[in-house]
Amino acid sequence: MTVTRIAIAAALSSAVALAASAGGHGGNPAVDARQGQFQLMSLNIGILGNMARGNTDYDAETAQAAANNLLAISQLDQRFHWPEGTDNATIENTRALPAIWEDGSRVLEIWGEFGTASEGLAGVAGDGLDAMRAALGPVGASCGSCHDDYRASAN
Amino acid sequence: MRGLVRLLVIAFLAAGAAGLALTRPIQISPDDVADLTGDAAAGEAVFWAAGCASCHSADDAEGEARLILSGGQAFPSDFGTFRAPNISTDPTHGIGDWTLAEFLTAVQNGVSPEGRHYYPAFPYTAYRLADRQDLADLYAFMQTLPASDAPSQAHDVGFPFSIRRAVGGWNLLYARGGFVSDTPVDAQIARGQYLAEALAHCGECHTPRGALGGLDRTRWLAGAPDPSGRGTIPNITPGALGWSANDITAYLTDGFTPEFDVAGGHMRSVILNMAELPETDRAALSAYLLALPDAE
Repeated sequence: MTVTRIAIAAALSSAVALAASAGGHGGNPAVDARQGQFQLMSLNIGILGNMARGNTDYDAETAQAAANNLLAISQLDQRFHWPEGTDNATIENTRALPAIWEDGSRVLEIWGEFGTASEGLAGVAGDGLDAMRAALGPVGASCGSCHDDYRASAN
Repeated sequence: MRGLVRLLVIAFLAAGAAGLALTRPIQISPDDVADLTGDAAAGEAVFWAAGCASCHSADDAEGEARLILSGGQAFPSDFGTFRAPNISTDPTHGIGDWTLAEFLTAVQNGVSPEGRHYYPAFPYTAYRLADRQDLADLYAFMQTLPASDAPSQAHDVGFPFSIRRAVGGWNLLYARGGFVSDTPVDAQIARGQYLAEALAHCGECHTPRGALGGLDRTRWLAGAPDPSGRGTIPNITPGALGWSANDITAYLTDGFTPEFDVAGGHMRSVILNMAELPETDRAALSAYLLALPDAE
């Protein structure tokens, strides 16, 4: 009885492991998609962040384009990016903590804060370096707010 | 034979007495601090540099709420879960009735006013290197902060780590030695070293620990497993980090890595603290980090 149960459990867990690795390096298309989404965020924040830090010259048109992209990303409905069982306790190649899916999770609320901050940024990004820099702060804060509780340290 | 037994008993008692003497909690007396006067305005920078709010504010505190040092955050470790106590100005639940001597005894010796050892989850091991004037300023600043009547919560630490006296023995092993490197350095690097090693206690997370939880000073800031059990706290020695001085200073200000990722976890709170310091202090930290020997 117990032996059977152990055998079933072992068979199930190897099936899960196989399924997890079946898609190649990334594995799960939803995980790939959301990681791509964060890379897009980072790329566009980098355009603005480098201007804010004085690493590149401020250009109103470029800044506005990057801010518009961030606003567009913030409007993506997140429901398909986060299927159950794609946390870092279950699969490899993700830093998404199980807390994202637990009761009381604030991730969608924080995604909303990112949206509000992006709207604020897109409203002023073309109005000069100081205005853009001030509006970039809340965007970074919303990223940090989520990474604080919902993303594991790097491996 | 009887002589040998007697000798062994005497040796055992002597060792026990020596152990008790050596592991005795050491108090700083009011006379030792009689000529110190704290300056609350100067103490604010010490407060941010020392990172008090990162552990002692409530779990989700943001903005001004980070000045309410009600405690309660949990810190998992190999030895159990520690919970930061209330260190607000409340005289009952916080530390509002502490004298400066009691405060310094806690912060630098890791000993409570009642004479109990604190666990080294509280980084007195770093603060013992701090300048007493800075800590007197910190004491004055903390007296300007709000009171919270939230009771401190007990640690969840099993036997044998629950024996507080054993911390005295741990202190003999690990709460010793001066700054990690005593090679002559320029004034900026020295300032960065003071901030990093005596106040900001970077090594508590970024330096690997031995079996008993002491920091491995030969691998200073070379990265360590995340005590939450998942992931790694990064190696921040120059070769491994690969950032410029400007990259580090900017990161400690706005939280963006050179790739424009955003710091998370406990580091997010550290950056909020560092952003409150003068730019020269953040630049000093960068200079210090870049002057570290590479370690793996």
